Formats: sequence, C-alpha cells, structure tokens
Amino acid sequence: MSWLTEYVRPRIRTLLGRRDVPENLWVQCPACQQMMFHTELEKNLKVCTHCGHHMRAAAEERLRWTFDADAFTRIELPKVPADPLRFRDSQRYSERHRAAREKAHRDDALVVAHGTIGGQRAVVAVMDFEFMAGSMGAAVGEGIVAAAKLAVLQDAPLIVFTASGGARMQEGAVSLMQMPRTTIATLLVKEAGLPFITVLTDPTTGGVTASFAMLGDLQIAEPGALIGFAGVRVIEQTVREKLPEGFQRAEYLFEHGMLDMVVTRTDLAAMLAHVIGLLRVRDLADAA
Amino acid sequence: MRHYLDFERPIAELEGKIEELRKMSEADGLNIAEEVARLTEKSDRQIRATYAKLTPWQKTLVARHPDRPQASDYLTGLLDGFTPLAGDRAFAEDAAVVGGIGRFRGRSVVAIGTEKGTDTESRVRHNFGMARPEGYRKARRLIELAGRFGLPILSFVDTSGAFPGIDAEARGQAEAIARSIEACLQAPVPVVATIIGEGGSGGAIALAAGDAVLMLEHAIYSVISPEGCAAILWKDAAQAPAAAEAMKLTAEDLKRLRLIDAIVGEPLGGAHRDRAATLVAAAEAIAGALAPLLTLDPAALKAQRREKFLEMGREALA
Ligand SMILES: [Zn+2]
Repeated sequence: MSWLTEYVRPRIRTLLGRRDVPENLWVQCPACQQMMFHTELEKNLKVCTHCGHHMRAAAEERLRWTFDADAFTRIELPKVPADPLRFRDSQRYSERHRAAREKAHRDDALVVAHGTIGGQRAVVAVMDFEFMAGSMGAAVGEGIVAAAKLAVLQDAPLIVFTASGGARMQEGAVSLMQMPRTTIATLLVKEAGLPFITVLTDPTTGGVTASFAMLGDLQIAEPGALIGFAGVRVIEQTVREKLPEGFQRAEYLFEHGMLDMVVTRTDLAAMLAHVIGLLRVRDLADAA
Repeated sequence: MRHYLDFERPIAELEGKIEELRKMSEADGLNIAEEVARLTEKSDRQIRATYAKLTPWQKTLVARHPDRPQASDYLTGLLDGFTPLAGDRAFAEDAAVVGGIGRFRGRSVVAIGTEKGTDTESRVRHNFGMARPEGYRKARRLIELAGRFGLPILSFVDTSGAFPGIDAEARGQAEAIARSIEACLQAPVPVVATIIGEGGSGGAIALAAGDAVLMLEHAIYSVISPEGCAAILWKDAAQAPAAAEAMKLTAEDLKRLRLIDAIVGEPLGGAHRDRAATLVAAAEAIAGALAPLLTLDPAALKAQRREKFLEMGREALA
C-alpha cells in the first residue's frame, strides 16, 4: 500500500461521513479496494483508475461504449415458450424468471442492437450476467439466432459480448440444444462472408464458451476475465490439485492460443472499428 | 454374478431363490422344474412391473449400469470389419472417444462413440468416458473424414460429460467441443446419433448434433447430471432424485419435447440383461433412421439438419 492510499483513504471516509453525500456516489474497486467517484469511474468505462481492474458492466453500458455515440437501435427479440419443462426446485422456474424479468426490465439475458462502430454498420449482442447469471436458455439462443439473421440482413458483422455462468439448468435439455442452435447462428454469419467477433467478458463459462463464444473469426477478451468450460469447484473436486496461478483468466487463455487479443475496455470500441475495417476490404473497394 | 441396482432387490431375491433351487437339484437330483417355472414367472412379472414405472432417478441408475453395452460394443457389434482409427493429429490419442470405419449392413460408415470402459483397468484407460479436447478433435477429424468420402456417420453417446481437468481447460476444452458440434452440423453426410446410456451436457451434444437423434429407452440426456443440478439448485447433491424428476431427462420426456427423434426399446429389465437383443434393436432403429437420409443430397441434408435444430423449443408443448 503506497503513501498515497494511506493518505487518500481517510479523506474519502470523511467525505462519506458527511451528510448530503449519498454513499453510492463512491465506488470501491473489488480488486484494490480503492474508492473512486462514480463519474470518474464511469468516464473510465468502469475500469479502476488505480489498478485497471475491469468491473462487470450492464448490457446497456456495453452498447453505449461500443457503438458510435447515439447511433444504435435495440431490436425486440423473438418470444420463446417460457419454462418448457415446468421446472421447480425450491421455487418455480416461472417465478424465478418473472422476478429476474422485473428486476432487469427485460425478457431474458440478452440484448441486441444495430448501429455503427467507427462509421461501419454492425450488429452487437450483449449477454447480461445480472439476469440469472447470464445463463443460456431458449430465449438467449433464439436471440443469438435473431442477431445473426439481422447481421446477414444488414450485411453487417456480428459482435457478441459474452458473460455467462453457462446453461440455464431449469431448461434442461432445451438449454443444451442452444449449443447447436447458436453454432448454426455463427455459420449463418460466416457463410454470408461477414465477420463474427466474440468479446469474452467476465465471466464466460460452460455451454456458452463451448459453443458460439469459441467460434469467432476473431476472439477478444477483456483483461482478467474468467473464461472456461468447467467451473473451478468442479475441477478442484475432480483433480484434487491446486489450480495454477491465473488459471482460466483471459491472459491464460491468450497464452494457450484461445484468444487473438486481450484488450482494455477503453480501447475496445476503437479496436473493433479497426479490425472490422481491415476484414471488410471488399466493402471499402465497393465504396471507392 | 449379476449386478443388481438397489431398487431391483425384489428381483434379486427371486432370482437368487431360483439359482439356489437349481444348485440343490444338481446336488440332490430333485425335480424342481415346476417350482423354478413358478418362480421364474413371478420374477418376470416383478421385472416387468418394476421397469414399467421406473422413476427418472432409477432410469439414471439403469443408464449408468456397469453391465450396459458400451459404445465399443456397438462399434464392434454393429459394424463388420470395424477398424479403429486414432489420434487428433495435434496432441494425443484420447481413448475416451472411440471411432473408426466399418460396414453397417453392407454400407461403409464412420462410427464414433464415447467409451466408459468395462473394468477398472479399461475405465481408467477410457477416463470413464470423459473426453479431453483431443477426444473431440479426434471426433471432428473422423467426421471430416466421413464427409470427404461420403460415408454416413453413426455416433454412440455415453458420457457423464467432458472431462473437467486443468489440462483439458489448458488445451481448449470449450473450443474443442464447439468445433465438434460445428463439424456435426456441417457434415455433408447423414449423421445418426444414438444416446445409449448417459447423454451428459456439452460432452454429449458434441457428438449428437445429428439429422436423427435416437435414444435408448432407459438412457438419459440432459444439460447437467442430476447430482450436479441438485448441488447447485437444491444446494444438496443428495437431492439428485428430485433433480432427475424436475430435469425431464428421460427418453420419453425428450421425445415429448421434440428434442430427439425416436426411442429404441430395451429388452425386459434393461439393456444390461440382454446385450445382444439391445444391439439388434439399436441396429434396426439406426437403419430405419438412416434410410430416408441417404436419399438427400449434401445441401438438402445440411439445410434440413439446421432447420430441425432451429425449430427446437420454438413451439410451446402441452
Ligand atoms: Zn482497482
């Protein structure tokens, strides 16, 4: 801990102690425990200004950060039958799902929008980890298929930001079938000659990783993002070994050849604009 | 020595009595035919009654029965001149995935399966049917080989899931599974998948994104094991029977949800009681599923396969 932290911390505490200053105006970094004023943090796209830790972000924030300013339109996603298994554990899935919908003000764990990135048309799908841990059921699968079809229709690349705890267990085998269904979505985009780019954010695991997330023409991840197939606890129980340092983190996957690059969030939109421009030389030639 | 499951105890007792009588008659020369016939009939009735109303959890136990025919039994039993092929050409040979070429009813095919093994030694060698990335990459290689030579693909799925290990993650387990699913979907030849025991999660769908998906009567197929589901949603792995019930993982459930195409009936008392009859039933069902697919050209086949998966779950079912 530097002299600076020692110095700054008590001052923040005094600030927080004051009346009229709501506590949530200050955000603590979960990695380095430093406090940041919320506007400062938001200006830095929820990346800690002290240690560079990438905090989890809401789906809407992702859209704002990725598209050119105010140049995107969200689309309504197809409805799918809710609760195909009429699943119930300690609570009905239909009730859990309703609670999640009400809390998130959306139907499920995916949002899709189209707009421009660096002046180029693009379709962006973002998974919402806040919605039942970003788990993939029929709605997410259908949304990815819809995003792919929209990309083909608009002759635009598809970029998917992944964040998922894996399969939506309450949809059983229906959830499992989203793996081939989303794989078909990636094929639709690729066969149309369009780039399919995945941006893996913290955390991306299970059936999402083992389907469309790992089928990108380009695969990008945010620093420190947890990315894997099996959960850490399951692996520990199976192999009874201590997991290596940095296991299943973005940098680990990069070193093991699973990613093209690890890109800081603040550079991400520019990088997407750059690579889309490079991949779509035919379009530039047409325009010229 | 027959292996009995817990719920088969009444059957075990009856069959034990029959066995005892037989031994006694051998020793003492008693005529016990009538008594044996009576007990056998009773035991058959007991088996029929038990197996007619297996709970999803009991089916899970049957699906995992150690005497159940394994993938390699189907490969060698259903294919003439089955010739195993090996290796992913990148890192290793993974024996959790078995595969090769052979003739199915006179037609050259590629067959692939997840193999659990039959005794301690072979179970270790096959890693209990839990494949590493090399296994899925080998599967993909064989699927592509089939495509190149126009050979139909038969897959036999029996796995609790992909291996959750450090090495598997390091070498890209997720990518390997994703590519294997993609290879199934892209195959320009018919793909007939059969869930013969456990169809566990991504490790199962990696080999089962086919034109026709068949399931043995007492096989199970789901996104996670009942134990895993119970541990997460019930916070107690001992609630696995309740989870199995809720997960709708039986062949009947999957058929009703239109996620599989057909159910292959098992002999009375399950596949493990009559392995030969099980293989005959599977061969019949596979041949039946394959026939209409052989008339389609590659483009039509792939389009139909995609449409089938895209339609899944779109319709609300009562
Ligand atoms: Zn920090």
